[in-house]
Amino acid sequence: MTGLSLTNTQLYLDGVSVTFDGFRALNNLSLAVEAGEMRAVIGPNGAGKTTMMDVITGRTRPDTGDVFFGGMVDLTILDEAEIAALGIGRKFQKPTVFESHTVADNICLALKDERTPFSALFGARNRIARERIDAVLARVRLLDHRSRPAAELSHGQKQWLEIGMLLAQDPKLLLVDEPVAGMTDAETEDTAVLLRDIARDRSVVVVEHDMAFVRALDCKVTVLHEGSVLAEGSIDAVSADERVVEVYLGR
Amino acid sequence: MRMGFIDRSGAVFLALVGLAALLVPAANLLLPETSALHVPTYAVSLMGKYLAYALLALSLDLVWGYCGILSLGHGAFFALGGYAMGMHLMRQIGPRGVYGHPVLPDFMVFLNWKELPWYWHGFDWFPFAALMVLAVPGLLAFAFGWLAFRSRVTGVYLSIITQAMTFALMLAFFRNDMGLGGNNGLTDFKDLLGFPVQAQGTRVALFVLTALALALGYVVARHMVTSTYGKVLVAIRDAEARTRFLGYRVESFKLVAFTVSAMMAGVAGALYVPQVGIINPSEFSPANSIEAVIWVAVGGRGTLVGAALGAVVVNFSKTWLTGALPELWLFALGALFVVVTLYLPKGIVGTLAGLAARRRTRHAADAGVAPQAAE
Repeated sequence: MTGLSLTNTQLYLDGVSVTFDGFRALNNLSLAVEAGEMRAVIGPNGAGKTTMMDVITGRTRPDTGDVFFGGMVDLTILDEAEIAALGIGRKFQKPTVFESHTVADNICLALKDERTPFSALFGARNRIARERIDAVLARVRLLDHRSRPAAELSHGQKQWLEIGMLLAQDPKLLLVDEPVAGMTDAETEDTAVLLRDIARDRSVVVVEHDMAFVRALDCKVTVLHEGSVLAEGSIDAVSADERVVEVYLGR
Repeated sequence: MRMGFIDRSGAVFLALVGLAALLVPAANLLLPETSALHVPTYAVSLMGKYLAYALLALSLDLVWGYCGILSLGHGAFFALGGYAMGMHLMRQIGPRGVYGHPVLPDFMVFLNWKELPWYWHGFDWFPFAALMVLAVPGLLAFAFGWLAFRSRVTGVYLSIITQAMTFALMLAFFRNDMGLGGNNGLTDFKDLLGFPVQAQGTRVALFVLTALALALGYVVARHMVTSTYGKVLVAIRDAEARTRFLGYRVESFKLVAFTVSAMMAGVAGALYVPQVGIINPSEFSPANSIEAVIWVAVGGRGTLVGAALGAVVVNFSKTWLTGALPELWLFALGALFVVVTLYLPKGIVGTLAGLAARRRTRHAADAGVAPQAAE
């Protein structure tokens, strides 16, 4: 233990290391996110932000270290589908929506319900109520686009659709990778408001480069560097930290 | 089951298949041979063969068009269904073989075998043979898919191992000690359920059954792809990793589609064998499976109706061209594939559907513009 408390902790990483072909993507990383907390994770390219998400969602197995969810569940022995079923949703850096499906079908596929082939053929999964879909679409302001193929949406709308898909999963923890990349300033502001709204009843981890956006999120910030935590605290505190400045402005 | 999952092209397709099932028998049985519209019995069986191929194409489209699994070994499931039916037909010969052995088929007598191998038992009983038509391809697909999909073998690697699977089966079935007739396969069939296989009435009945199987296969596949299950399949095809992170067990979804598809192909093979009168290991040859992929590509991948249409169109051309200019057929087939890939990437049905959609939007646009112009 490194002094992190397990009480009320939604996500808990301790001493996690991942090596790819000799490159240490994560180096003894420890991080704890409280239930209902919003956390921004920043760091230069190659700091291990995406690898951290991969470890949490079961895509990458850590070489060493513990990853616990809700204080009890060991994530390192589960696969992607099992982890998603526990209530961890992930938004990718590049918006990945199902392009040939309509906006409504994208949400329909994401909605929390049974996920077996049988239920999708004959059962509950095949009878998703329209109201449930529309409630999510209204929240991400895509109700007017419900019948359009997702491929036709603008970049920003796709990002929002993907956030909507996360909401539809009704996860306890959302991992959001660069949600405002390629968005206009107005869209960025809206997204910050949406994420703050979502974080009221669940934990949210946001990875982001855009400092103005991180400031708008108004939450605790973790700075990653070379696979481990360099600094943690409010945005003002970490931007005043000399080591952080050095990492960002070159050594 | 939800109603209304058959769209307009599906309704047209089912109507055409139903019409063929009525008109072809009528033209064969009721019209005199001198009539211009008379359909000779050999042509009935030929069309029955096309429809069996159409069912094979439909099964392939279910996995390739909707789930992105490019199987280059679907001919194996077709051939296994065919062998199951062939074994039943062999057992029906009884003591009427050339050697007149009361139990053993001719090829076993020829090989000096003394008794029936264990896996031939039960095939004299039609319901058992019918079950095997579904079970053997189904179980192979399940075992193969379970291993491949769980190991996350995808794309071209999966295509290559499906090709290897059918090639391995071909080599195995060529061996005499497989007890399935070696390279001669199974032939000289006499009767099926008491009806002589060569008789006009039996041939017409087999044609009608094939048409019904094709229609039923279409309805099953269409139900699958229009349900949420089908949406998940398309999601897997377009973004497999995303589907996993949504919490879907991708391998189970693929496994269901692959197994159902293999059983459909098995039924197609079982209907094919009595109509062509022979099943031999060449049905496992990789080229056959690749031809089936071409039928689907020509007709339109991911449309079901297109796959069936492609199978009929390509095979009709093959019959015609191999009669007229036999040495040209393989070149024509290759050229067809290249032309379709370059100029009709969505196939015949996909391209037509695209044109219709574009005309509808243009009409809508015109309708929107016209009142403004009048103001």
